[in-house]
Amino acid sequence: MDLIAEGIAKALALLTSFDPEVLGITLLSLKVSGTATLLSLLVGITSGTLLALAEFPGKRLLMSLVNTGMGLPPVVVGLFVTIFLWRNGPLGFLGILYTPTAMILAQGIIATPIVTGITLASVQNLPANLKLQILALGATRPQLVWILIKEARLPLLAGVMAGFGGVISEVGASIMVGGNIKGYSRVLTTATVMETSRGNFDVAIALSLILLLLCFVINYLLTRIQQRERPR
Amino acid sequence: MTTAPLLEARNLSVVRGGAEVLSIPDFTVAGNEVLSLIGPNGAGKSTLLLALARLLPLSAGEIRCRGESVMANRHLVPYRRRLAMVFQEPLLFDATVYDNVASGLKIRGLGRDELRRRVGEALELLQMTHLAERSARKLSGGEAQRTSLARAFAIRPELIFLDEPFSALDPPTRRTLTDDLERVLKATGTAAILATHDQMDALRLSDRMAVMHRGKILQSGPPVEVFNRPGTELVASLVGMENVLAGTVLDSREGLLTLALGEHRIAVPGRGAPGETVRFCIRPEHITLTSFDPAGGTSARNVLPATITAIAPMGIYQKLQIDCGFPLIVFLTQQSLGELHLAPQRTTFASFKATAVHLLRSGPDCHSTPKDD
Repeated sequence: MDLIAEGIAKALALLTSFDPEVLGITLLSLKVSGTATLLSLLVGITSGTLLALAEFPGKRLLMSLVNTGMGLPPVVVGLFVTIFLWRNGPLGFLGILYTPTAMILAQGIIATPIVTGITLASVQNLPANLKLQILALGATRPQLVWILIKEARLPLLAGVMAGFGGVISEVGASIMVGGNIKGYSRVLTTATVMETSRGNFDVAIALSLILLLLCFVINYLLTRIQQRERPR
Repeated sequence: MTTAPLLEARNLSVVRGGAEVLSIPDFTVAGNEVLSLIGPNGAGKSTLLLALARLLPLSAGEIRCRGESVMANRHLVPYRRRLAMVFQEPLLFDATVYDNVASGLKIRGLGRDELRRRVGEALELLQMTHLAERSARKLSGGEAQRTSLARAFAIRPELIFLDEPFSALDPPTRRTLTDDLERVLKATGTAAILATHDQMDALRLSDRMAVMHRGKILQSGPPVEVFNRPGTELVASLVGMENVLAGTVLDSREGLLTLALGEHRIAVPGRGAPGETVRFCIRPEHITLTSFDPAGGTSARNVLPATITAIAPMGIYQKLQIDCGFPLIVFLTQQSLGELHLAPQRTTFASFKATAVHLLRSGPDCHSTPKDD
């Protein structure tokens, strides 16, 4: 038990002293996962809404694929992103393997199906005639998509939380495509893995606490927004 | 300018799952006309409205608006911007009443000042200015549907489609909203197509009525005519057995109208201007028949000599068709029929109280229910 108590004490010390290395790791985590989530929102909300609206053969299959993608194992994503970005891989010329950019790419791929799937479900949950009502009001196709997204904004916030939660806590892909390079591509999760394997439990606990705190603050803010608008 | 009708449809067909769910060879709506579609659930009323608004893929047919085809994809948005649609559910946006009423105008990209003016007008028209800042989530069913109407009228449509707009509401709310809809349609002179299964609404609001069944229009014409002269047994069964008549106001005093109907004079509770034509209906079970002229011996104000033209059993009643210069349908119990020795071609006297007559017009008088003796 001493191990944990000492760990927490050390963690608090690290936290309160604003250790520059820990601060850098935290900020990079936020930057990588935040950017990846934003990208996934852009792609996921648009494609989820379009998928909900469109009627075409094979729609059910595509929907099943999206829903499967919501549970995409990060290591699989990490593997394929690595292969694509490998020096003589299809995108090797970009030279971004083992950079934060590659991590954003991998995390974006993990979060996009989550956001797409939740968007799909949210838009399909709107009243069936709402689409007709919006078109009858004279909306063009882009206006229709925009209004439907606005109407589904509350359940969509759940998509934002799920997407962000999925990538900030992800470790497999980040290590594989980022390389956990000190001061460059090291984030909270990869650092925790490393410190634990070295037996530096106090540092690992400190990093974990920061990770939890970060998740809590972000989700608290999003929940506040969601509940403020909720029907009473 | 052309004199092409506001809306014209030819050979409309909608096929769903291999079955033709809508088949309309010829359909026209004139500007300022209020047309009602009546028929049972599944008759194709909603499908016709959606097809006419180009919100549903057509299997065949052509629709023209003021003579111009609206079939190509590039016509859809400009065409729909001339229309408005109100569904049975209010389908409001998660926003304030004001923003909801403004939504159609925002879609059209109206400037801020013009938008504010038009929303204000629409709110006033539907008498709901005081609700402007209320969240749409906190509205009652009637208020929500009123908002939906205001949103539709705010865009000043040339034609408004109303798909059973009040059938989800409780009767008092439905009456108030129907009154307001009638007032607004008159005030704005907007043409409308109203799908309803409430025949009273159809009678009150519309200039023309079309009876639908299984995706087809069986008969259309002025409501009084459709009700009184159904072309087929099927139409007769779909429009029910109401006696619907039209008369001219001769005199109006102390809340009692005297109407001229052919040679007859009929007393009806209500107010009106002499010379005005009003429609009214008499429920068949509120007419009594006697074999002698009951003048003075009855409290009924209206007594008309009549000839019996047909008698047919109908459930617990016998259904009699009589001719008093205009056709009337009367329901009698088997017992009364026997006591009165009534038979086809016999002369009889039909009497009904003034309060048995429903004036088909807005105002408090039109919903008076006659009290049974």
